[in-house]
Amino acid sequence: MTDDKKRHWLDSSANVTKLYKGLWIACGLLISIDLFLHRHEDFEFAMLFGFHGIYGFFACVALVLAAKQLRKLLMRPEDYYDRKPHER
Amino acid sequence: MSGDFPVALIPILGAALIPFLRGGLRSAWMLLLPVIAFGYLLAIPHGLHGEVELLGQTLVLMRVDKLSLLFGYIFLLALLLSVIYALHVKDVSQHVAGMVYAGSAIGAVFAGDLMSLFLYWELTAVTSVLLVWARRGEHSAAVGMRYVIIQLLSGMFLLAGSLLHWHDTGSFAFGHIGLSGTAGLLILIAFGIKSAFPFLHNWLMDAYPEATPSGTVFLSAFTTKLGIYALARGFAGTEELIWIGTLMAAFPIFYAVIENDLRRVLAYSMNNQLGFMVVGIGIGTELAINGAVAHAFADIIFKGLLFMSMGAVLLRAGTIKGSELGGLYKSMPWTTGFCIVGAASISAFPLFSGFVTKSMIMSAAAMEGLTFNWLVLLFASAGVFHHAGIKIPYFAFFAHDSGIRCAEAPKNMLAAMGIAAALCIGIGVFPGILYGLLPYAPDYEPYTASHIVAQLQLLFFSALAFAVLMRTGIYPPELKSVNLDSDWFYRRAMPAVTAVCRRALRQARAGLREALQKRLAAPGAALARQMQPGGMLLRSWPTGSMSLWVMVMLLAHLALYYLG
Repeated sequence: MTDDKKRHWLDSSANVTKLYKGLWIACGLLISIDLFLHRHEDFEFAMLFGFHGIYGFFACVALVLAAKQLRKLLMRPEDYYDRKPHER
Repeated sequence: MSGDFPVALIPILGAALIPFLRGGLRSAWMLLLPVIAFGYLLAIPHGLHGEVELLGQTLVLMRVDKLSLLFGYIFLLALLLSVIYALHVKDVSQHVAGMVYAGSAIGAVFAGDLMSLFLYWELTAVTSVLLVWARRGEHSAAVGMRYVIIQLLSGMFLLAGSLLHWHDTGSFAFGHIGLSGTAGLLILIAFGIKSAFPFLHNWLMDAYPEATPSGTVFLSAFTTKLGIYALARGFAGTEELIWIGTLMAAFPIFYAVIENDLRRVLAYSMNNQLGFMVVGIGIGTELAINGAVAHAFADIIFKGLLFMSMGAVLLRAGTIKGSELGGLYKSMPWTTGFCIVGAASISAFPLFSGFVTKSMIMSAAAMEGLTFNWLVLLFASAGVFHHAGIKIPYFAFFAHDSGIRCAEAPKNMLAAMGIAAALCIGIGVFPGILYGLLPYAPDYEPYTASHIVAQLQLLFFSALAFAVLMRTGIYPPELKSVNLDSDWFYRRAMPAVTAVCRRALRQARAGLREALQKRLAAPGAALARQMQPGGMLLRSWPTGSMSLWVMVMLLAHLALYYLG
């Protein structure tokens, strides 16, 4: 195809690092809003500083680490169900 | 206009004409059918129409109210989008199957009694499996068979429950059923299979990723949302559903993280979204029910959009495995963009559809003081962004460049994705239009500063977690694999058990035969001797002794006759 030779912005790892740093900055800005904005929440604990951000971060890390462990238990070769009993 | 004519018959009967049309005429006809049906729905008044007396029972073919209309509209919209998406498909059987399948789902939504619901329920099963089988080959034959057995099983539960319900109440009317008594339980299981309750769910992850690219788009819209509709109609406020839904929202996301087939990842995330809806139905307050059905409405569009984008990737790149894809944004920029809109919608970014619908369920849970469930749902919200919002676009279109260079998706696919993406944003920006269609008067404002900031924090920090795990290499790579799920029980455990039983029976039979042979060897030999020349059985008998024995028997008969 025509775009084979074209160098894309994301092809450069420096640009990807820029994006990564940008994400950190965006998160920092978002959490600092909590300093000024008194969020209305149904639960007391959800009004704590940066609750949603911190919860989201640790929820995802926990999710990935747990799923990684789950792989040990659940992962099988791709043709697992196609194999005959004596090949398993 | 009278509403007696069942709207379902427009696509169902209209489908009969499809095989006889060619080219542009066929396309036009297929596009026209959902439009006609939509116009019809707009024209008819609320109320019970199409009442038919059958065997002393009143069947209601058209129950028109806000709940059925909402699902009617979205099913027709989904049908239209699916038809556009599938226009390039040459295989006529897929067009017919898709049209009748959508029609029967619409029929089920407007069915006012359990018997016509059952008929349409079964029709969705037998027509949808054709979309799985249309992939052809041994593998899809087996998958389709498993799928249709489970779907028909759901129909059997519905039939048994309906008959019991009729026995208990004297009526087939399909209104609130509730979980009292066996009838309610059987019907709940039937609905639960369609809505993919935990342990009844695996037909979804098994079959949906195995259908044709356009077949999966059809499938994603109707069956599970029909289950949600039926639950909202029959089991609103059933507390058990809160817990079932919470479990549904949480556990599939773990699978989604480690799954390699990206369409299967979407099937898991669909299960997770259904969990949110089931929680809403279980809570049963006006806000919760509104949230559940609004989220079903939005989900049909954004999940359809995500399946469309992955279908396009499968069609063009020839694979949908995360381990083999990457860098496709260079070849398929439009598909990438539409996929990201779908991903933003399912993740509930502000200004996208999921934001204005899912939050109603979260709010309803918080108002009822369901702290634990709310925290799990929040975890699931972060998780869905993680696996559907980031993982899907990332591994398909970005990640490391797989070297695959392919054409952009066909124009009709792009058109369907474009409309779906526009609808996702439209609902997110102007939620009032959807809110106006909801069963209860809406009293909810999604765009408050608190809500926007909280949601953005949740999503950006989830993204940050993904980025950190990626850059540190902790994130599990995409691997060629299958992951065991509840289908293991009927694909491995049950066959293994029957194999063991068969072997045991075979051994028992062999043992029995051997023992009998040993035991019977001596009498057998004695008998064999009598069969040889000179033996008792080969001796010639005089006629006289024969007539003597006949006489003895006649006398015995006479004696018995008198005794009796």
